[in-house]
Amino acid sequence: MAFLIIDRRPNGKHKGAVNRQRFLRRYRKHIKEAVSDAVNKRSMTDTDRGDEISIPRKDVSEPQFRHGKGGRQRRVLPGNKEFVTGDKIARPSGGAGIGGTGGKASNIGEGMDEFVFELTQQEFLDFMFEDLELPNLVKKQLKDTEAYKLIRGGYSSEGIPARLNVVQSLRGAHARRIALSGAIRRQIKELEEDLEALEEQESEDRVREIKIELDRLERRLNQIPFLDDFDLRYNNLIQQPLPTSSAVMFCLMDVSGSMTQDIKNLAKRFFILLHLFLKRNYQKIDIVFIRHHTVASEVDEKQFFYSRETGGTVVSSALKLMEQIVRERYPTSDWNIYAAQASDGDNWRDDSAQCRDLLEGSILPNAQYYAYVEINSAEDRALWHAYEEILEKYPDNFAMRKVTDSSDIFSVFHDLFERKSA
Amino acid sequence: MKKRKPIAEGSEWTFEDLEAYETELARVAESYRLDTYPNQIEIISSEHMMDAYSSTGMPVGYHHWSFGKQFLSTKQEYRRGHIGLAYELVINSNPCIAYLMEENTLTLQALVIAHACFGHNSFFKGNYLFKTWTDARAIDNYLLFAKNYITECEERHGVETTESLLDSCHALMNYGVDRFRRPAPISAEDEKRRQHEREEYLQGQVNDLWRTIPKKEKAKVEGWPKFPSEPQENLLYFIEKNAPLLEPWEREVVRIVRKISQYFYPQRQTKIMNEGWATFWHYTLLYTLYDEGLVTDGFMLEFLQFHTNAIFQPAFDSPYFNGINPYALGYAIFSDIRRLCEQPTDEDKRFFPDFTGSDWLDTVHRAMVNYKDESFILQFLSPKVIRDLKLFCILDDDNEEEIEVTAIHDDSGYRRVREELAEQYNLSEQEPNIQVHEVDLRGDRAITLRHVQHDRIPLSEDDTKEVMKHLHHLWRFNVHLETMQEESVFTRYICDDESVRIARA
Repeated sequence: MAFLIIDRRPNGKHKGAVNRQRFLRRYRKHIKEAVSDAVNKRSMTDTDRGDEISIPRKDVSEPQFRHGKGGRQRRVLPGNKEFVTGDKIARPSGGAGIGGTGGKASNIGEGMDEFVFELTQQEFLDFMFEDLELPNLVKKQLKDTEAYKLIRGGYSSEGIPARLNVVQSLRGAHARRIALSGAIRRQIKELEEDLEALEEQESEDRVREIKIELDRLERRLNQIPFLDDFDLRYNNLIQQPLPTSSAVMFCLMDVSGSMTQDIKNLAKRFFILLHLFLKRNYQKIDIVFIRHHTVASEVDEKQFFYSRETGGTVVSSALKLMEQIVRERYPTSDWNIYAAQASDGDNWRDDSAQCRDLLEGSILPNAQYYAYVEINSAEDRALWHAYEEILEKYPDNFAMRKVTDSSDIFSVFHDLFERKSA
Repeated sequence: MKKRKPIAEGSEWTFEDLEAYETELARVAESYRLDTYPNQIEIISSEHMMDAYSSTGMPVGYHHWSFGKQFLSTKQEYRRGHIGLAYELVINSNPCIAYLMEENTLTLQALVIAHACFGHNSFFKGNYLFKTWTDARAIDNYLLFAKNYITECEERHGVETTESLLDSCHALMNYGVDRFRRPAPISAEDEKRRQHEREEYLQGQVNDLWRTIPKKEKAKVEGWPKFPSEPQENLLYFIEKNAPLLEPWEREVVRIVRKISQYFYPQRQTKIMNEGWATFWHYTLLYTLYDEGLVTDGFMLEFLQFHTNAIFQPAFDSPYFNGINPYALGYAIFSDIRRLCEQPTDEDKRFFPDFTGSDWLDTVHRAMVNYKDESFILQFLSPKVIRDLKLFCILDDDNEEEIEVTAIHDDSGYRRVREELAEQYNLSEQEPNIQVHEVDLRGDRAITLRHVQHDRIPLSEDDTKEVMKHLHHLWRFNVHLETMQEESVFTRYICDDESVRIARA
């Protein structure tokens, strides 16, 4: 018997990927909701993993004509133990017929109210940070560029058939034919004139000679190819570097004694989201971490998230440090400057006014966007009042929000960095 | 019998092992007169298997979100361990393509080859429904044609438009089959060649249909012939040919869905038989190899474990119960036919006078070729199988307080159990009986469907409303659905441009 064994394992794994994408696109609204719910419920350390997502099953159902409940429904069931003909059985609650699915349930199992499936980490983050961007990103420069644009630049003698330039190729071929055939044509012309002259003189030997010579020349002429390999010209493409924007994000976190562990965790959550978002959506971005109590210090990512050092509160120390770093390392002509600050709003007496002056005087005029998140459930504090004055003056590149518990974090974050329609 | 050297040992398989098993099984199968298409065995990973699953086993499928949904849900359940993936998937094509998972052990691969490449394969080739309704040679090409056509539509008319059209067609997919008429065989070349002609011709026809509409709409005039003159059961066919406003390419898409539905129709009608037949043969074939000494004791133990798992039937009150297991019921009946032929009891002789004691091989072949689930159960379900599975009938009447047990596995109940079980596999009873009743050609062009109720079983309201919207999407004029109870309209669904309403008598 004829048979064949084929190993299909090396074949592309993701034959169904298109269908999966179709599904995700169709239910993007549902999935986004579910994603932001999931982010809020997560513990801090695994904000970025993929997750199970559930959306209401009735929204994804594929309807068909089918029987509903009611009428006289008959069924045959296996595994009878004690029943005899004529027995009456109480109807199970829930309305379904005996044996669960009451007859003609759909093949997807109507028993479940939620359609549950898994998103990969990639997809999860895509949904999480979709529609977000750094506002006012404008300053562009040609530094460390990674993006190139291909533009047309002359012709080359090598290339792929798709880029063949017909006009140039034929023009080249034409020129070559003229160049190579010129001498031969001249000889032919001369010989033909000779021949005409000789025919009147009737010297047959000479005529035959000339005719043979003419023949040879014609053959040589015909041997010149109409189009030769080296006539071919291709459109040449050259890489032109694209200006890209470079940006720096300052993360300022209050770690003073008034920040309880809970509040710190909320602040860290906010910064983790910010960190993920920036790393994912912007390839070239510098992030500067600054933590402060009475004094501010620039720290690395690890220290920023895990160090336990604490003390009193002088918010302006952080702003001063930021200003200094900007001056030293990030000339405002080249860089887009962003900052996000998280604090419980508690501050040392007159320091709030100083913060306001710092922001107004030197930071905001140079910054693209400054976001302030205050984490507390109590009434507004001094810093909040001071910042409110700033908000009035800089409504475009200053924003402030209040967070009271972890379920607010993602929505506040989303709010602050939502893509504004142009 | 003299002990021979086993075909292979150990649990890891190699391609040589698979070939050796195929060759031996083919030899044994031939001795049992199993006539098959040539086999094409494809080794795939679990990911591929989920892919194949979610496109309902079509080797090439067009793109649609619902297949993506199916994939996600299969993957989820697999990951959680709710379901094991099938070890095998087989496609009714010529050559017959069987997918084997790479994770399977050698024993399992042998079982799967016996089950799919000889069991299912011979069923596809032999059973009358498959012979009359499907053309195994053409399906591959046709599916490829369908996929390309739908991709082309997506390019020309947009993904969303095409997808929503497919949504509507899928909602009516079960009503896209001719239950009684034999369809023309499908062929990709013919389809392509005829496509253009058909587009123009169809459009012409449809316009002609509406040409007779008087300018001013008036009430029904007596004496005009009713259209359609007979009720039409194939809703998709009726829409393809008669929906007033469909574009030619939309008619083609309707046709593709209809053709695919028709191709799968025999499979939906022979679940019990097909699985039963394949299970019966993997059991019989591998036992024959064992008798010949070609497989080891260890192999048989492992094999029997898979086999008993496959034919396990949980009782109705078990948490694992999920309807009747087609493997269990089908296998029980087929192996019982062999017993009826070889060792009939007096009871069997009373029930099956025409074939007890006949040649078992002839009888199982005859059963495989000439029946579908419904008639197969009616013909071959014996009292012994009813007793073994402890089958009983219940009647759930919403006018009564309680559910009644109407028959059990005893002398007075056998026939009733058998009839009601057969009915349970009668697709035209299990799906609501809905047909095109009338189109108001001279009025508002509304289409009226009729649902003939049986035993007062109503339609599921939510689903029906949604399907009505899909129908409206295809017909593009008002859609009515009347539920009939004893010659009078009992419930009426009306779907217009805005909403679906329900009116009750």
